[in-house]
Formats: sequence, structure tokens, C-alpha cells
Amino acid sequence: MNTQAVKVIYKYEMLRAWETILQSFASPVISTILYFVVFGSAIGGRIENIEGVTYGAFIVPGLMMLALLTQSVSNASFGIYFPRFTGTMYEVLSAPISFVEIILGYVGAAASKSFLIGLIILATAGFFVDLRIAHPIWMLSFLILTCISFSLLGFIIGLWAKSFEQLQLIPLLVITPLVFLGGSFYTIDMLPPAWQTVSLFNPVVYLVSGFRWSFYEVSDVSIEISLVMVLLFAAACLAIVWWMFKTGYRLKQ
Amino acid sequence: MNTVISIANLSKIYSSGHRALNEVSLDIHAGEILALLGPNGAGKTTLISIICGIVNASEGSVKIDGRNIIDDYRITRSKVGLVPQELTLSMFVSVWDTVCFSRGLFGKKPNQEYLEKLLKDLSLWDKKDNDILTLSGGMKRRVLIAKALSHEPEILFLDEPTAGVDVELRKDMWDLVEKLRQSGVTIILTTHYIEEAEEIADRVGVINNGQLLIIDDKDALKHKLGTRQMTIDLEQAIEQIPQSLSAWSLELISEGCQLIYTYDSHSKHTGIAELLRAIDQAGLLLKDVNTSQSSLEDIFISLVKNSL
Repeated sequence: MNTQAVKVIYKYEMLRAWETILQSFASPVISTILYFVVFGSAIGGRIENIEGVTYGAFIVPGLMMLALLTQSVSNASFGIYFPRFTGTMYEVLSAPISFVEIILGYVGAAASKSFLIGLIILATAGFFVDLRIAHPIWMLSFLILTCISFSLLGFIIGLWAKSFEQLQLIPLLVITPLVFLGGSFYTIDMLPPAWQTVSLFNPVVYLVSGFRWSFYEVSDVSIEISLVMVLLFAAACLAIVWWMFKTGYRLKQ
Repeated sequence: MNTVISIANLSKIYSSGHRALNEVSLDIHAGEILALLGPNGAGKTTLISIICGIVNASEGSVKIDGRNIIDDYRITRSKVGLVPQELTLSMFVSVWDTVCFSRGLFGKKPNQEYLEKLLKDLSLWDKKDNDILTLSGGMKRRVLIAKALSHEPEILFLDEPTAGVDVELRKDMWDLVEKLRQSGVTIILTTHYIEEAEEIADRVGVINNGQLLIIDDKDALKHKLGTRQMTIDLEQAIEQIPQSLSAWSLELISEGCQLIYTYDSHSKHTGIAELLRAIDQAGLLLKDVNTSQSSLEDIFISLVKNSL
């Protein structure tokens, strides 16, 4: 195991986040605060409690997921796309590093950044709403799993993209709509029956549901199903990355 | 001589269908300086990229110190350093940080003493805290070399190392290459500056259209493929070569003032004596005579032309 290589890649990526601290950390926190002000206070005050939870508190897990998913994808995709774009990727490819070590470095750093953002948003939410976390271990587990699996997805996008436009395409056109339609701001049983069925095809539903359960023991699907879905998603992403490195897809071709 | 890199039937066909390498086989000896000459697009960079693990080969194999570069990539890659052709550097990090990063990628912990010496040797020590962005093109090229040498490789690939650099830096690089060779590093450089190959290489290979046309010792190559030319200056210009001299391969140049005779210097019978007698009999007066050996450049041009 080339731990030194993992360490330098991880450190380099974390330093990059530190040097662009406003963009990396302040921006998602400010966006989340705005959501709380608009949905939690302004509109949320006029919405009834959902299964005994105030609307402001109810949307906390969904908002965290929204930030985590978009940040994980954008951090990881940019982290690997930029060296491809500038040509510095040659150095990583010519070094004695396995694909697992490359993932540990790049995806580990992207997931760490998202994890920190998640914790910061959680702390920020505490200023606006009464928070209670029924199952802290589950909450942390979901947080970590989400950061890792969506950082893996971002890594795939960063390897696949041929331009900055393509890099933005999936986060904008796929991730954001999936999060908004994945029960971040409502429970899916508030939807008409047909749309409830459609929602079950949205993987984000399982993430938000499981995450929300760890806070308030309120969920759309059972916690076990949520966990299995997240693990399956992570495994699928890992398999795709493995295939990309094995074939050299858009890296060594 | 020990073979440090062994390349067998290496081919590369890109997804566009372009065949960049066509069954290249080549052995590189430990401690030598090998120059790969070839025009742009000949396949030099593709060959280096495959050996370094940056590009997948379509067919064939590469072994470093007897180990396959795919199966034993950890060991083989740790022996190799690469200076790429383009100035591909992260612009917002310092010289010191980028060199430490490169060393770390190869699994080595920072070694203050070695890296300090390396940067001093490359005249980069006083720039160690500067961001790459602030450096000149020549300095960036030196940083690339420092990065390639940061993990103390046994084999160094220099892909067009002096493309676009000034004379002073080119000379510095040649000195550095010589120093590295003396320390036992095997050096493979690609270039299209023939004088560079002529100056520093032990062996020269010529690549064109993805094929290795020839590879040999630099002097042997000149000996084997080189021709000699005799330039005969005439006292008075002539309009055409006299019929009596048609048995020799002559060329009339300089508005009829010079005759060029091309001959094989290794032949037992060069025909020079007979030619000079025939010129005298034809009534032509000689002003001067000199001979020259064809350069590596002439050989290169002739090989590339013939391969088209």
C-alpha cells in the first residue's frame, strides 16, 4: 500500500479547499441559511407540523442532503477533472499507485470536505430550529456513506467529462432535480399515489428517508431498505470506477 | 550490457483508428543515453507514455529490469521518472510543495537534504517558496525536471526537453544529463534537434510513422549509413558536365563553379583518383577540393524520406 501517495493527494486536495475556503465552506452554509430563512421561517411558519415535527426542523435532514450531494459530486468531479484538464494527471498515472489508492486520496478528500460541510450545516441549523437526533450513530453513518458514495459518483463524472460544461451537466440536470423531488422538503406520502410510485425510483428518496429517520424516527421507507440502497449505490459507483481504471477509459486511451 | 528496458512488438492504435506505434521492439541498456529522433507525430511520445504507464498499449509488452510494467507496476514505475513535453504544472503551488508532492506519489517521505541539493543543482533553490505561476518558462521546465528526479529514479525519460528553451538552458540541461549518466541513471530522450542527439547520446533510434526505422550506436550509424561527398571547385564555370565524366555520379552546382561527387567511403574503390584524372583530361582546371562526411541530420532526413 502506497500510503505516502494517498497522504499527499489527500493533503493537496484538502489544501485546495482551504485556499478557496469561501467557495468551499462559506457558500454552501450561506445557501442553507437562506433555505432556513425562506422555507423554515417565512413559509414554514404557515405549514403544519409533519408527523409531530415542525416544518423548519423537518427539512434539516433534506437540506443537509441537498448540500452534501451537490458538494460531494462537485468536489470530487473537479478534483479529478482539473488535473486531466491541465495535463498534470500524467504524474498520478505514472506513479506506483493502485486505483484504490487514487480513490482513497481524491474521493477521501472530497468526502471529508462534504462531511465537514454537513457538520457545519447541522451546527448552523441548531441556531434556527430545535434539533434532536434520535439515532446519532445512524445519522453519522448515513452522513459518511452519503459523502463517500456521491463523491464516488463525482469522481466518475470527473473521469468521464470532456469539458467543464459536461462537468456541470449531471449535477445541474440530474442531482439537483433528484434531491428536490426526493422528499427533501416533504414526505412522499404527501404526493398523489402515482407520483409516490415514481418517487420510489429516485435513489435520493432512500437517502433522505433514512437520514431523516435517524433524526426524528420518521421515514418514507424502512431504514434497512435505505441502508441497502445506499450501499448498493456506493458499490455500483465503485465498480464503475474500477472498470474505468482497468480499461483506462478516458485516462489511458 | 545489461538490458534495463525491453520492448517487444509494441503497437498502439488510438480509438480514432490512428496507428501511433507499429510493432516496435527495442532494448535499452543500463546507464546509456538513448536519443529517439523523429518528426512530429512519429510516435515518440506514445512510446514513452506506454512505458511510463500513462497510455495503454494495444499489443506487445514492456519489461523494466525483467518485470512486466502491467503486472509489476509498483516496482517498475518506482524506477522511472518522466519529464513531459508540455509545461504541465499546477500553477498555484510552490516549487517546494510540488516537488514534495511528486516524491510522495512515488511512496517516498520528504527528504530535506536530497530535495535541497536537487533544487540547488537546478538553480531553483532561491525560488522554492515561489508559486509556479510566477516562474519563467525555463524555470518551469527545470521544475518539471526536479519533479521527475524527486524520487531518485534509475531511468529518466525526457520528452523533447529542450523544445522552446534558450541556448543557456539547453546547455545546462545537457550538463545535467551528463551528470545523471555519470551517476548511473539511464536516460531516454526524444528530440527533433539532431545536434542534441549528436552531442549527448550514446545510441540513436529513428522513429517515423510509428515504426522504429533504425537504432544503433551514434558513430556506427554514421559509419554505416553515412556517405561522403567531395566538392570540386573549378577555376572557370561550365554549362554542363562533360560527357567523359558521365561514369561518375556528379552534380553541377553554384552556377557551374562546383562539382559534387557522392561516394561510399567504405568501398574499396572510391573512384576519386580516376575522377580527378578524367577532370584533368577533360580540360577542366581545379581550384580547390574538399571532402565531408554526411551528418546525423542527413542520415535522419534520408531515413525519414525513404520511410514515407
